[in-house]
Amino acid sequence: MDKPFRRRDLLGIRDLTAAEIKGILDTSENFLEVNVREIKKVPTLRGKTVINLFFENSTRTRTSFELAAKRLSADAVNISVASSSLSKGETLVDTALNLDAMNPDCIVVRHGSAGVPYQLAKVSKAAIINAGDGSNEHPTQALLDAMTIREHKKQFEGLEVAIVGDILHSRVARSNIHLLTKLGARVRVAGPGTLVPPDFIHLVGADEGRSTQLIVCEHIEEAIRGADVVMILRIQRERQDAAYFPTLREYSIHYGLTNERLDLAKKDAIVLHPGPMNRGIEIASEVADSSRSLILDQVKYGVAVRMAVLYLVTGGSASA
Amino acid sequence: MVEKSRIMDAAAMNRALRRLATEIVEKNKGADDLYLVGIRRRGVPLAEHIRDKIEAIEGVRPLYGILDITLYRDDLSTVGANPIVNRTELTEDIEGKNIVLIDDVLYTGRTIRAALDQLMDFGRPKRVQLAVLIDRGSEHRELPIQADFIGKTVPTKQTEIIKVMLKEFDEVEAVGIFERK
Repeated sequence: MDKPFRRRDLLGIRDLTAAEIKGILDTSENFLEVNVREIKKVPTLRGKTVINLFFENSTRTRTSFELAAKRLSADAVNISVASSSLSKGETLVDTALNLDAMNPDCIVVRHGSAGVPYQLAKVSKAAIINAGDGSNEHPTQALLDAMTIREHKKQFEGLEVAIVGDILHSRVARSNIHLLTKLGARVRVAGPGTLVPPDFIHLVGADEGRSTQLIVCEHIEEAIRGADVVMILRIQRERQDAAYFPTLREYSIHYGLTNERLDLAKKDAIVLHPGPMNRGIEIASEVADSSRSLILDQVKYGVAVRMAVLYLVTGGSASA
Repeated sequence: MVEKSRIMDAAAMNRALRRLATEIVEKNKGADDLYLVGIRRRGVPLAEHIRDKIEAIEGVRPLYGILDITLYRDDLSTVGANPIVNRTELTEDIEGKNIVLIDDVLYTGRTIRAALDQLMDFGRPKRVQLAVLIDRGSEHRELPIQADFIGKTVPTKQTEIIKVMLKEFDEVEAVGIFERK
């Protein structure tokens, strides 16, 4: 029987083929059923150890990975930066080697710097899953977004997807652009000029023939008009010292998703947001709470996607 | 794989399934409380065939479900990476039911062990019985598991493989013995 995914690590969507992405999504769909059973636990990864190594806070992603590991019967250990040896001066590689000496089967890593999961994958014997690295990638978020889209739109070919907000800093946007264009959707990005560089279009390689599938729009209206999916990014208020736009109020006026703006999209358009939301800034409450908003579905699918990824990277001995 | 001999054609399979259906009904004194559960992949269409035949005999259509035992396997580290996970579909509560597990071939017993473990996670059935089209013989068994209903017992060597071919997956409907290369 064909195996959907043969890699030892999941470092980014950029590295994956369309077939591998579809394989992970198919596997994830079949894990959904486990999460609605009365006993939400299967013995699949009994005896395996998963370390959640989070250098950035993220209650949602960490909890999702922890639940996924526990529902597969793996032992999950959470390490946060505040209690780690890195705060005592240890290098990242030394931390990785020390964790490795305890023989974990998988390390899920989130870090503020791009490339850290790749660095860990080079030195660690454990499978490495990228749970977000700097502004680079957040592959499981893109996979759960894709699963949400597929559940409602059935296919990606020909879909028009608008991604609005801080594209420049968003690992979610990058992973989604790679994933959606690989599966045949067209992506339009929009946001303040300081956060949506025009040369972003080079993100999808011209050599792969996907360059026409990404369009950089000047105005949010241009991106949303006729869209099947509207993906709103979180404004990272913690970055506002850098003054990429004058005020949050002004951002909300020009780029916030309101019902009026959403009316420009197709009638059956769906709204996604990776959370946590800033209500009244990038998304109006009336949109966030509407039937077109699938934000809680995204969270639900997140556990299934992470179960599938953990299963695929740790489920066998010869996956490298 | 080279086919060494064909032990059942479509007609023989049909007769065996009809006999299995009759035996299941006789042993359970009817079909009112029966819940047939096919084990993916080939146990699923076999369970559907047996369900049709029970309905023809008794006029009652038994409850029906599907188990995918992939997540309960005990050999993930030896079979190679990530076998494909499919969906388990037990739409009716199994609590207190007369379950008949159905699979194509009984060999080491490990698949049935996994299926029993999984069933117990869904509830506490009144009784679980096992029906298989082919039993390769108790000498291959690695666990204390036997079938209650057997279509045909076929003693085989470990180097041989029994393949149940079904219209749903293969072009023919037959059972053959193949030599493992």
